[in-house]
Amino acid sequence: MMDALILSRIQFAANISFHILFPTITIALGWVLLFFKLRFNATGDEKWFDAYRFWVKVFALSFAMGVVSGITMSFQFGTNWPGFMETVGNIAGPLLAYEVMTAFFLEAVFLGIMLFGFRRVPGWLHTLATFLVAFGTTMSAFWILVLNSWMHTPAGFEMREGVAHATDWFAIIFNPSMPYRLVHMLLASGLTVAFLVAGFSAFRWLIGDRSASVRATLKTGLVMGALLIPIQVLAGDMHGLNTLEHQPQKVAAMEGNWETRSNVPLVLFALPDEEARENRYEIGIPNLASIILKHDADGVVPGLNDFVAEDGSALHPPVAPVFFSFRVMIGTGVAMLLLSWASVFFMARRDVSRGGTRHRRGVEGLPKPLLWALVPMAFSGWVATLAGWYTTEIGRQPWLVQGIMTTADAVADVPAPFVATSLVAYLAVYVVLLGAYVSVLFYLATKTAKGERVALRPGSGEATTAAAAAVAAE
Amino acid sequence: MTLFGDPTVWLPLVFAALMGVSILVYVVLDGFDLGVGVLFPFADEAERDRMVASIGPFWDANETWLVLAIGILLVAFPSAHGAILTALYLPVAVMLIGLILRGVAFEFRVKAPHRWKLFWDRAFFGGSLMTSLSQGYMLGIYIMGLEITVFTTAFSAMTAIALTVAYSFIGATWLIMKTESQLQRKAVNWAKGGIWGVVLGLGAVSVASPFVSQRIFEKWFSIPEIFLLAPLPLIALGLVALLWYALRHLPARNDSFAWFPFVITIALFVLGFFGMAYSFYPFVVPDQLTIYEAASAPESLFIILVGTCFVLPMIVGYSILAYTIFRGKARDLTYD
Repeated sequence: MMDALILSRIQFAANISFHILFPTITIALGWVLLFFKLRFNATGDEKWFDAYRFWVKVFALSFAMGVVSGITMSFQFGTNWPGFMETVGNIAGPLLAYEVMTAFFLEAVFLGIMLFGFRRVPGWLHTLATFLVAFGTTMSAFWILVLNSWMHTPAGFEMREGVAHATDWFAIIFNPSMPYRLVHMLLASGLTVAFLVAGFSAFRWLIGDRSASVRATLKTGLVMGALLIPIQVLAGDMHGLNTLEHQPQKVAAMEGNWETRSNVPLVLFALPDEEARENRYEIGIPNLASIILKHDADGVVPGLNDFVAEDGSALHPPVAPVFFSFRVMIGTGVAMLLLSWASVFFMARRDVSRGGTRHRRGVEGLPKPLLWALVPMAFSGWVATLAGWYTTEIGRQPWLVQGIMTTADAVADVPAPFVATSLVAYLAVYVVLLGAYVSVLFYLATKTAKGERVALRPGSGEATTAAAAAVAAE
Repeated sequence: MTLFGDPTVWLPLVFAALMGVSILVYVVLDGFDLGVGVLFPFADEAERDRMVASIGPFWDANETWLVLAIGILLVAFPSAHGAILTALYLPVAVMLIGLILRGVAFEFRVKAPHRWKLFWDRAFFGGSLMTSLSQGYMLGIYIMGLEITVFTTAFSAMTAIALTVAYSFIGATWLIMKTESQLQRKAVNWAKGGIWGVVLGLGAVSVASPFVSQRIFEKWFSIPEIFLLAPLPLIALGLVALLWYALRHLPARNDSFAWFPFVITIALFVLGFFGMAYSFYPFVVPDQLTIYEAASAPESLFIILVGTCFVLPMIVGYSILAYTIFRGKARDLTYD
């Protein structure tokens, strides 16, 4: 029989994993919509408004999913983790309050105007509403990442009678890991949306949509992905070095490194065995972990065995989940890099097939296998983001707030059957909603693709170009 | 911070007031859009589309007031937050699942293939009903001092039904204001059928509260308080009579006074709220924990208050902007 602690942890993990899928989309998609709207304002080209019209539907659906699962999160603190607010409420409270006041209302109110106000308000106000929704989602990310970072690297407070009291709000907000974590997450959102847009545009292309709008969005997604991924690699590396400084036990688990030593290899694969405290079936590249983490092959990297209590119990996180989550994240990132750069390479190639001038082939230059590979990559951002969050959050265990309180300290005295009941109900709802969400996205894409095809007038310039493009793609 | 005297006295009071206002605004605003959802089974498909169109631009912001209210409880009175929410664990879970279902149904009912629309309409109704019933149940349990016995459960089952009917009533009055012709006439009939929920809800809470708690009894039936309180039920009775008179004469020619039932219902909700606030002050957990005992550290409350003074007027301002943009009779919702 599982106790309320483990059930509450599973419930929180399920809720927050489900929740984060949708803000990860809406944070960056808001800005992409603003980009479409501004391009439309500047060029008057209908293709940008068509792009806006399709993606605003995805935005509205994702936003609703994010809002309702977010409300659930705000109640979880009280229903399952009252100890959290009782101990660090003086810090967490104001940060959450600022999120509600500066972000939630802003996005909720202007979303109504953004979605349904196009015919009711002047064009500039509609563009402003789009901007404010994007700004609101980003503000929301800012405040929640401030709080999350503070839980990893607490600063600017003092403990009085077991309760944290704020002493320096600047130090609390700009705590040591906040800038790294925030940038890493915003880029993750950008990449998620880049591949979502590219993936569904590729899908529409493959089922025969040759509209100007699908070309524009396919290119936008791929270029955005290709530009963001190297920045993300750099930001991720800096975030890792920051973690090494503040939470070395987490990095040790990520690397699967047991002993503190120099010349540590980069472990590509292994089965970490926490009983034997060693890796089995290890495959690694000599010295590379030392080089990455210390920029020196002889650099000393901390090991897990430094984090064991005198009674033999572990003071480090469970190794295997952190170790594997980290590899899933890195692997997905590598796939993103290869596919987006390959796509840009093919789009940038010149050919002489049309009109005798050597111009870039654009989206027609994309080989079909690459387009098919982009379709499942539409949700690659979700995989990488979840894996990254699992790495950092499981990596914080057994602490809830690093060095201040453990997860077990915060759990509510609620009967385990209650938690089990609510957990099963949430899981059932989440499975149905996730299935409905993904299938509706494909349904909308198919409907739009077919609609565009029907709309083409035979003999018009657009249809001729589309037919030529269809031939080129074969 | 000491400008207005001892901050450990006035700060909790200010935050209790802020939380109260948030709950009141939530009950009125989400009350009408939850009520519209509860009325779904009585409408046909075209009417349901129009009903959703009347609340589509607003529901999300309306629900944010719940997040603000629970947020203030969380940040300003953390120990009360834990005590109340762990005591109400299961009804909270029911409410949250209801909110999830109805929130996503807004989107899915028009974006999913048409054959699924009826399914999502049922989810919208089911979610709205679960949310309303669980909120009414929680209200009952709260009034009963968070004690769960056979009697308190029976009482809370009644408040659950009363609040649900009251929500559907304010939802119907919203529809009287926002719709025309056939649907508007239907809404008038719905309102006529639901007015008893408001009366029963207000009546039950008013009668039960003083008998559950000796403290509330003394607060109500001592002199001079009884003379100060007497106008509250009298005004409420007057408003109900006015509502009944108005409903019998609506819809009127030129659609005049279509706003009237909605506004009067808001006034009734406000009266009921002040009655409750008067009864429970200074307790945040009935008869157990006062707002002063449960309050966070003054320096944390102060930093929130500074932000609130700037941000709350802005929130009110752009909320009014949104209601102004979408004023008048509801039209079909389109993205372009």
